[in-house]
Parts: sequence; C-alpha cells; structure tokens
Amino acid sequence: MRLYAWIAAYAFRRYSTYRVAALSATLTNTVFGFLRAGVLIALWHARPSLGGYDVADAVTFSFLTQALIEPVRVFGGSLDLTERIRTGDVSIDLHRPADLQGWWLADDLGRAAFAVISRGAPPMIGGALVFSLRWPSPATWAAFAGAVLLAMLVSFGLRYLVSLAVFWLHDDRGIHAISLVTTMFLSGMIIPLVVFPGWLGTLAHALPWAALIQLPADVFLGKRTDLLTVYAFQTAWAAALFTAGRLLTMAARRRLVINGG
Amino acid sequence: MVAESVRMYVVLAGTWMRAAAQYPASMVMLVVTQAAVTSLDLAAILIIFVHTPRLGGFSLPEVMFLYGTAGVSFSVADILLGTAERLGEHIRQGTLDALLVRPVSPLLQIATEDFSPRRIGKLVPTGAVLVLSLPRLDVHWTPDRIALVPLMVAGGIWIFSALWVLSATWQFAVVDGKQATNSVTYGGGYLTQYPLSIFGRDALRALTWVLPLAFVNWEPALRVLDRPDPLGLPVFFHFASPLVAAVLSLLAALAWRTGLRRYRSTGS
Amino acid sequence: MIEVDDVSKSFTVRRRTGRLRRSRTLVGAVDRISFTVAAGEFVGYLGPNGAGKSTTIKMLTGILTPSSGRVRVGGLDPSRQRTALARRIGVVFGQRTTLWWDLPLRDSLTLIRHLYRVDRSTHRSRLAELTELLDLGAFLDTPVRQLSLGQRMRGDLAAALVHDPELLVLDEPTIGLDVVSKATVRGFLTRLNAEQGTTILLTTHDLGDIERLCRRVMVIDHGRLAYDGSLQDLRATVDADRILIVDLARAAAPIEVDGARVVRTDGPRQWLAIPPAVNAATVVAAVAGRYDVEDIALREPGIEDVITRLYRTGVPI
Repeated sequence: MRLYAWIAAYAFRRYSTYRVAALSATLTNTVFGFLRAGVLIALWHARPSLGGYDVADAVTFSFLTQALIEPVRVFGGSLDLTERIRTGDVSIDLHRPADLQGWWLADDLGRAAFAVISRGAPPMIGGALVFSLRWPSPATWAAFAGAVLLAMLVSFGLRYLVSLAVFWLHDDRGIHAISLVTTMFLSGMIIPLVVFPGWLGTLAHALPWAALIQLPADVFLGKRTDLLTVYAFQTAWAAALFTAGRLLTMAARRRLVINGG
Repeated sequence: MVAESVRMYVVLAGTWMRAAAQYPASMVMLVVTQAAVTSLDLAAILIIFVHTPRLGGFSLPEVMFLYGTAGVSFSVADILLGTAERLGEHIRQGTLDALLVRPVSPLLQIATEDFSPRRIGKLVPTGAVLVLSLPRLDVHWTPDRIALVPLMVAGGIWIFSALWVLSATWQFAVVDGKQATNSVTYGGGYLTQYPLSIFGRDALRALTWVLPLAFVNWEPALRVLDRPDPLGLPVFFHFASPLVAAVLSLLAALAWRTGLRRYRSTGS
Repeated sequence: MIEVDDVSKSFTVRRRTGRLRRSRTLVGAVDRISFTVAAGEFVGYLGPNGAGKSTTIKMLTGILTPSSGRVRVGGLDPSRQRTALARRIGVVFGQRTTLWWDLPLRDSLTLIRHLYRVDRSTHRSRLAELTELLDLGAFLDTPVRQLSLGQRMRGDLAAALVHDPELLVLDEPTIGLDVVSKATVRGFLTRLNAEQGTTILLTTHDLGDIERLCRRVMVIDHGRLAYDGSLQDLRATVDADRILIVDLARAAAPIEVDGARVVRTDGPRQWLAIPPAVNAATVVAAVAGRYDVEDIALREPGIEDVITRLYRTGVPI
C-alpha cells in the first residue's frame, strides 16, 4: 500500500512540473466554459425548464464540465503505459513484484489529484466572476467529491483498456479517436445527457461514460439526491471495467510469454 | 515567392501523403474516425433542434449554413496549417534547429509535417452540411448573395489560417503555451458555428473589433440570410472578410518574423 | 570556406532570485573567437560541455545570429543568407535526428531531395552511392523510429549529403555509437574528405575521432579559443609528462634518478614521469646503467592527458 501511495505522490509531483502547460490549458477550458454556456443559455431561453434544469443549472453545468475535463480525462485516450507497451518496456513492468493495474491506477490518481487543483478550480472561478452559478451546500460538496472520485476510477478503467489494446493493434490512432468520440459525446461533455432525446437518453444514462460527467454534475446541482444509487452505478461500472482490465492484463502477459515481447 | 512556397507545399505534402498511403486500411479507418470527431458539434446542434425550432431566432437550416461555412473554413485552414501548433514541441526538443538548416521556411516544413489523407476526414461532415443546408435556406438568391457564399468560405479559410500562424508564433514566447491558443483556434472554430448574437452584444463587439471572428461567416451571413445587424454596422462590413483576413495575415507574418528573429538571437 | 572574425555571442539568462523576482544576467557563450577554415580541410572542434562548441556551430549554420563580429561561410553571411547557405552545407546533429520518426529512411531522403530541389536522376545515383558507402541497403525501408543508433546516424549522414554540400558540419556524430558503427562513420568521413574534397568541421567528445580523422584541431574553453593547430603541436605545446615504464628484475625501492620521478609502482614494475624539458634518452641511460632492468618502454602523453591538461591550465596561442 505504501508503494502505491508513493507512486501516486510521485505522479502528482511529476505533473506539477508542467505548470505553464496546465495554466494555458485551463485558460482554454475557461474560455470554452463561456462558449458552451452561451449556447446552452440560448437553448434554455427557448425551453426554460428543459430536462429539469433551469438556466443557472445549465450555465453551472457548462463550467463544471470544463473543470472536470482533465481530472476525469474527458478527451479519452490512454495512459503513458501505451508508450511503454510500444517500446517493449512493459515487460519490465510485468516482472515487477507490483500489480500492473494497481501501479497505473496509483499513477493516474496522482495525476488526477494535481488536475483537480490546477484544472478544476479556474473554470469555476472564471464562470463565477460573470454568472451567478449554482453552488452546493457543504454536504452536497462532500457527496460530489465522492462522485468525482468514482468518476476517476471509471475513467481509469476505460483508459486502461484502451492502453492495453496496443498489445494487439498495429496502429492505435483509430481506437484513440473512438475513445475520444464516445467519451466526449456520451459523458455529457458536448451537450448534457438530460437533453438527449428518447431512447438515446436512456441508453446514454446506462453506459459507463455517464459516470464521468453527467452523474457528478447532477450530484453537484442537487438533481440527484439518491446518492446510493449514483454511487452504486459508478462502482458497478468501475468494478466491471477493472475486471475486464484484469482479464486483458492476463491475456497480454500470456501473449508476452508466448511471443517473447 | 508565393508561387514557389505553394509549389513546395504541394511537393512536401504529396511526399507525406504517399508515405501515409502505404497503409490503406488504417487510413480509411482514420478518415472515418476523424470525420466522427468533427461531427460531434453537429450532433449537439441536431439535439438542440430536437427541443426547439429556433436558436437565438435562427432556424435549423440557417444554423446548419453557419455550421457549414464555419466548419469548411476551419477544416481547410486546419488541414493546411493546423500542425503549425507543433512549433513549441520542435523548440523544446531542439528539432527546430534541424529545420532551420534547410533551405525552406520552417513554417512550411512544420505545416506539411505528417500530412495525410486522414486530414480530409475533417472536411467531409462540414462540407456535406454546407451543401445540404443551401437548398433548405429560405433565401431569395440574388447575385450578391450567391457571390458571398464562396467569398465568405475563402475569407474564413484565410482568417483561420492567419490565426493558426499567430497561435504558433505565440509559442516562440511561451514554449508550453500551445493549449492557451486553442481557445482562439478551436474556440473560434466552435463559436462561429452558431449565430454570434446568442453570445450577447458585448461578445459580438469583441468578436468584431478585437478578435475579428465575426468576419469568418457572421457578417456575410447576415446579408445572405437577410438579417439586420444587431450592432447596426454599415453594409460594407458584409463584404469586409478579405480585408480583415489580409490585415490578420500581415500581422501573422510580422509576428512570425519577429518570433523567429528572437529565437535566433536567444537560442530559446 | 569558413571565416570567423572576432565573433561573440552572449545570452540573457533570467534567474529566479525570489518568489517572484527575477534577475537578468548576460552570459557570454562565445567570447571573441577568430579562425578560418580553408576548403578541403578536416577540422576537429573540441571542448568540454558548455564551452561554446554548439553555439559556434549554430552561428556558422545560420541558426543563431552572433552578438558581434563577422562570420562568412562560403562567402555568405549565415544569419542573413540562411536559406542560400543551407543549399551549400550539410549539418548533422548527433544527439537528435533530422529525419522524420514515422517515415522509412527512403521517404525521409525523398523529402529532403524535394527540400533541396535535387532532380530525380541525380538523386538516384547519389542515393545509390551513399547506400553503398554507408551500407544503408538493409534498412532503407525501415521507419526511422525502429533504427538502431548506429543506423540512424548513418541515415542522418546520408540526409545531410543528399544535395552534395561543399561543407559538412557535424555536431558529435559518434556519440553513443558502438565500435563497429564508429568505424563505419569514421571511414566514410575520411573518404568523403579525401575523394570528394568536402570540407568537414566536427565537434566531438571522442578523442579517438580527432586522432583518426582530423589534421587540425581547435579547442574552445569557456567561450575562448584555447588552441588552434595540428595534433602533434598540441602535444608539444601542452607540457604533459612522458611516462617511462621500467620492468626491474625484482621488486625494489622506488628508482632514484635525476630529471624524473616515480609516480606508481606495482611489484617489479615502476612508472616514471619525465617532464618535457628533460631529455628522455638521458633518463633511460641513467636507469639502465644503475638498475637491473629487464624491459623498458617510453609512452608519449595520450591525447586525453593533453586535453585535460589544456582545459585545466589554458595555453594561450
């Protein structure tokens, strides 16, 4: 356990050295918060209580999604693990006495922790300077923190699978693009899932990507108070993805043993 | 000089294309996925219009027209010059030096880098939407309106191209600053898909006078769609895109030269 | 081919002195150096890290503008006429490749052919020639990212020579290469210089490069030119001791002889240092006359010793 804590702390430090890059990215996140808010305001002016949101909810949602982009990696993609698989360094990792999945989870949580600070706060502050955002009560803040943590686990579960796909794929750019499209669209990042029409909305709410943005945002806005259901949904998907990741790790290990890397 | 640059661009891009074409299967998939990534904003627009017949007073065909013109302009500029934003990476890794000892502008070398048919994927959905929107528009097509459509797309390409160069140039000053300029390039590409009036009068003023994205398609579209200008600007502004583009590219060229000179005197 | 006249380059370095405060200091990287290189020469440019080697190279190739002084390469001002100069020189950076990672070497070379506007038939024969001399055949169609360091360096050399430049500038071309690759690269450079008359300027840390390749050596240290001349003269200029290795019949107390002193003993073998001012023959005769000697050998100072000493003391020229 101390090993994983150290890995996470190390990742936090490693990412915190790229301060200028984080600052410039968060600036763009904030600008996009305003742009998306502009579009949603226009929509909610036409339909004032669409999807159970009012205009303030929709505006808050816009900045919240921007704040969550980096902590839950809404642009999808993979872990640095991909590069290690491509270069073959992963065979060293697989011979370490530490668990591969656990190692990278710790690393990713360290990264996400830095992202919460550097990329999470600025869009919210920027939004609050211009609009009156909907702020939660202390108890809701705590509930929201739990939902974000679970969102990070689901996000890791998805990206771990994408990373391991490199073991079998000659060219991983395709799967990265697919991961980007599904994550952006089905998380609620492009437009809130609450306005998805009919069966599309039902489907999107059932898929793991809903756990990344839509559910934490709904908790934040006080739309979901059935915390147990929310947490259970997120935990179930995280568990399912982790199991799939374990199976894929075992298959990858077998492949390495047979093909010699 | 310009003709020679264009010729060199075509030759370099062609060489990269041939190299990429050696993997046709993954190429098809990359074009498709690239098209899917570009279609995300279109999906949002379609979902919005499920709930309302008008957004900010504009109908679905009208917003599709804006999406199409902005999208084609942005995609073409992105295809031509989008990789210029890798400048910072080249500076950080020291590979800009290698580009500087070759007899072709480093900007041209970076812009053609990795040029591949997959970039066409960005143009497919936006081009299709533009073509589909035109017959659905409730417009009395006069000669000036017909002429304005290709003119606004060309002006938009030109404006976005200048913005790509400006955003690359910014990295001479802030090497890690790539993502900050995304708010101007990608942000500009996003916002011009919508009627700019929905962002409010202050934003509209800023987008006319400070960062002139209103000239990508908004100003000419007001004439094509026969809408009054919310800022009450004179008719001349409807046709001003090429002028704005020319000024922006002059600025971009100046900034690029200054940035390169600074790099060559400081080595960083 | 190269004229460098009183050239300096200084950088402004910003340092954090407090939480927010920063101080600017002017750091001289190259300090008033002058030299000329004639066409057809093969010159080694030596110096410890941060001495100003790379800065000089960058000024010669037009990447950096000098702060003061005058540079001419092939009659051109590199900083003003960078693109015109680029057509006439080839540059290799040993530490990073100028090739494109994802392209096969052959495609990289085709791209470069277009950059320099070399026509197709000239390129074909030139490529055939380079392929043979550098032994590229086996990996011409391999993406650059998959090449070994030695293969990549050979590819980089070919890339720098596609347009048949008059001057080849190499920044640490043998860094990290294995023995065989080093030998290939060195053999190729020797032939290029001898047969085609290409002027070559090379910076290196590997003194073996200098000993095997360069007739002329320039040493830069702390931004100043510390030496410019032949390798032999360098040995003579820097007063490094010669070493006399004496094998006695049996282990004995340190040899005592005028003009030399024992620096090391190992059983019956003893090492004596002879300063340049002392005649070595006299020492040898004295030792042989007074001691029971089995074998005796005189070693000239190695180039490493010479260079280390030069960096330490700094010999004016």
